[in-house]
Formats: sequence, C-alpha cells, structure tokens
Amino acid sequence: MGSEPARRAIDERDTTTAAVVLSDAAVQVGGHTVWRQVSLTVQPGELVAVLGPNGSGKSTLVKALLGLLPLSAGSASVLGRPPGAARAQIGYLPQRHGFDQNARVRGVDLVRLGLDGARFGIPLPWLHSSRIATRRVAEVVDRCGASAFARKSIGELSGGEQQRLLIAQALVRGPRLLLLDEPLDSLDLPNQAAVAELVRRICEEEGVAVMLVTHDVNPIIPFLDRVIYIAAGTAVEGTPDEVVSSETLSRLYQAPIEVLQASDGRLVVVGQPEAPFVHGHRHRG
Amino acid sequence: MLAYPFMVNALEAGTTVAIMAGVAGWFMTLRRQTFAGHTLSLIAFPGAAAAALAGLPAAVGYFGFCGIGALALGRIAGSTQGHASESAATGTLQAFALALGFLFVSLYHGILSGLDSLLFGTFLGITRGQVVALVAVAAVTVALTGLAARPLLFASVDPEVARGGGVPVTALGFGFLLLLGLAVAETSQITGALLVFALLVTPAATAHELTSRPWLGIALSVALALAVTWLGLILAYYSIYPVGFYITSLSFGGYVLVRVGRATVRRRVARPSFETAH
Repeated sequence: MGSEPARRAIDERDTTTAAVVLSDAAVQVGGHTVWRQVSLTVQPGELVAVLGPNGSGKSTLVKALLGLLPLSAGSASVLGRPPGAARAQIGYLPQRHGFDQNARVRGVDLVRLGLDGARFGIPLPWLHSSRIATRRVAEVVDRCGASAFARKSIGELSGGEQQRLLIAQALVRGPRLLLLDEPLDSLDLPNQAAVAELVRRICEEEGVAVMLVTHDVNPIIPFLDRVIYIAAGTAVEGTPDEVVSSETLSRLYQAPIEVLQASDGRLVVVGQPEAPFVHGHRHRG
Repeated sequence: MLAYPFMVNALEAGTTVAIMAGVAGWFMTLRRQTFAGHTLSLIAFPGAAAAALAGLPAAVGYFGFCGIGALALGRIAGSTQGHASESAATGTLQAFALALGFLFVSLYHGILSGLDSLLFGTFLGITRGQVVALVAVAAVTVALTGLAARPLLFASVDPEVARGGGVPVTALGFGFLLLLGLAVAETSQITGALLVFALLVTPAATAHELTSRPWLGIALSVALALAVTWLGLILAYYSIYPVGFYITSLSFGGYVLVRVGRATVRRRVARPSFETAH
C-alpha cells in the first residue's frame, strides 16, 4: 500500500533518458589524472557494478556523478542533466566503516534525514506532510527488511543491519539513480548475498538504475547486468563475462592478466598490478 | 524571593541561558565538539577580564571574545586535515586564552572576588540591561538554529550523505561554532567561565543517555538545563554557597543517576536474553 504521490512518481518515470552518460570523460584530483577517456552509459533499471583495484578511482567516479568533483575533460550527463543538478533524484551511499558504537541516533531518524534532512525549517509532527513522511519512511524501511531494528540506535546494530538502513536512506526519496559505494564492504558472506539480493530486487521493482562500487565482484556477479572496470587510468564496460576475462583485462592493463574460475565458481584475477596512484579515498571514507 | 529585583533578573537570565545552552549543548555533544566548547569557555574569561580593564560591560567582552574565538576555531577546523592536528591547534588556543585572561586580571588589579565570579559565576550582579541582551541574543540564535535544525542534524550524524544531498555541510559547521560561541558567552555570565560545562555539556549528555530520538533529546536537554538552573538559583538564594556550585552538582548528580540507571537496566535486559539465545 504505497503512498499515492510516491507511486505516481514511479509511474510517470522517464524510462527513455539514460541514467548516466559519460563521453571521453577525465577527472583530476590534486593535479593527478585519476582516469581519462572514459565513456559509458547506464540505462534505467540496470544494475551495474563498478569494479577495479583499490585506488583506481571508483569512488572518484561516484563523486564526479554527484557533481562533487568536476570533470577535467569530456562530458557527463546524469539523468539528462549536468552532474550536481539532479542530486534530488540520486540516492547515495558513501563508502564508510560503520557507525561507531556510541552513535546515538536511531535508524529511522537516519532514513528520515535522507527524506527531508536537507530542508530548512522546523519540522512540525502534527502536520499532514509530516505524517506522509513518517509513512513513507516506514514503508521503505519495511521494503529493506529493516523494520525489526529500525528503532534502535544505529551504533548498536550489526554491519548488515546498518547497511539495510543506509540503503533505505538512499531509497527514501524514490531516486532514479542509486550510487552505492562499497555497500558489501565489511559484511560477512551471508549478509553480502542478502544485501546484493535486496539491491537487485529494488532495481527491478522500482526501475532504478544502480551503480554499485565493489572491489570483489563475486558476491554480486549473479545479479549484475553489466560491469564497469576501472584500472590503469581508464575504464571498460560490458557484460560480466566480457569484462572480467583474461583478454579484456590484459588489454586494459596492457600486461598479461589471468582470470581463473575456482571450483565454487568464484572468479580470481591474477597478475593485477598495483594501482599506480593511490589517492586516499579508502581511509577518508 | 521574587520581591527582590536582583532575583527576578537572575531567574530570567538563568532561564534564557538554560534554553540556549540546552540546545547548543545537545548539538555539541552529538558532534563531539566538547573540546571546542571548553576552549570557547576559556576564551570567555579573558573576554570578561578585558572588558573590565577597558571599563566596558562584561557582556561586551564575553560576546566579543567568544565570537572571535568561534571564528578562529572555524578557521582551524577548515584548514587542518584530521582530528589530531585540529585538537592540538585548539588546545594551543586554549592555553593562550587562559594566559591572556590572567594578564588582564593582573593589569586590572581588581579585587579577588571579581576574579572568583568570572571563573565560578554569580547571580547577584545581573542587571536589567544584561537580561535584555541575553534574551535578544538567545532569541535570534535559537530561532536560527531551529530553522537550520534538520540540515544541521543531517550534517552532524552523516556528513557525507548530507553533502551528497546538497546540504552545505562546511557552512553549517562554521555557523554552529558561532552559535556555540554565543551560547558559551551567555552561559559564562551565570556560571562563570570554568563551570560553563555544567549547563552546556552535562544536561545534553544526560539527554543523549536517555534517548536517541533527536527532537525529544533536544527538549530533554533544555528541560534538564532549566531544572538545574532554577533549583541552583533557589538553593543559592537560601544558603551561603555560590550558585555555580549548586548548578554543577545538581547536573552532575542527574548525569550519574541516569548512567547508573541505564547500566542497571541494560544488565537486567541482557541477562535473560543471553540465556534464551544459547
């Protein structure tokens, strides 16, 4: 029983404009070119993984799409507009290492902040709009399977529970594009699978385009439509089979790379050189 | 008690200060900026001493120095990378402020009781003009904080997502330090520079212990600050001990009670669930 405005927003969704288009794009951070000549397209309803070794510029891509980092060359269009102009329609989950144990804020409050936290003015709980917002929050929390623990302090929850609430936060405004930066990081295997499944379901049910950054493709490979692989200062895109292959990665790195399949089906990339330029995203979150 | 104008002034000033300290303190505790708050309170001391030296009202010194101090802290926060160098720079500022305060006091050659009340508070000398200034500053800042409350909360608990959603995180951080500076300047005028935390931190920390609901927490923080201020003023009126002592002890007592209570409840809840889980 979705709230009416939210449902109408989904029905009226523009399903023809590409969610993300980059052509010949480049980004510099501190005078270094992180990557260049990157061209890619993400369509509505697609689940795309952004792969690559640490420091290759995966989070940089996310920040460029949010308009937090300018392009130094090429062009970008996010939901048919320049990066930064469409922020209200993007759900963003930054890379992080969990809330600290003393974080005294409830899960539902975090989700609610995702809905109207950017708005100035005093929230009055007895207003009609506030009741609609409360209902919307409950609905999204429920859809992410987080109702049982949403009223506890976020710091007391497990990594998997926190991640479900953060995905709910990213989803609460009914975005058309979800940017999830390492949502599977620091989760155990069952939780990785559960969160990956949740993302796939959201992607299908709501027609949202999802770009999911990860350094390990294995937990999500069954759910993916396509893969963007960032390495050696540029990026390639294609289906998981095309991209995560010895041939494509060797061409990308211009060095011999082997992709091996373990007996359990997991892919292992062998011979991957260290990232040439590490730019501190990992510890800054 | 209310027949004396000085007591009416004290109660009005105390009420104003408690409201402002409750709100600013709640956000300060959430943002883990108690060290910045402490530094601002020590900056209040040379402010008041300098005002006395220059023959100006103490309030001018408090507001002036704390405002400038907040701007300086904002610059430090903006220009340093990482928490460690920020707190080191803040500590440096703190020591300098304290030294400056003693310099002004010794230049002034004032009576010792003057120094006492700068550091530990007084409620006897609060004038009508002072009350009006306190109310005016508090009304403006609390109203502005109310308007910015949601984005400020967002930027405090989740700065990266807030920035991604278009919240001006850096500007809000700067604005908050300014609010904190003014709150410290107000509170110093009742509790003295050293006991500012009795109203700024303790009620807020108690509220954070009691609830993780944000709006309820702010209301609770204000309510606790009001309660200890009123009780402290009444007790000080009927006894010979200073008001700062009562306010500090009352809020400390409340904090200890709540912590002990919560630990007991948690132990009681934890034990049976441990047994059933295994």
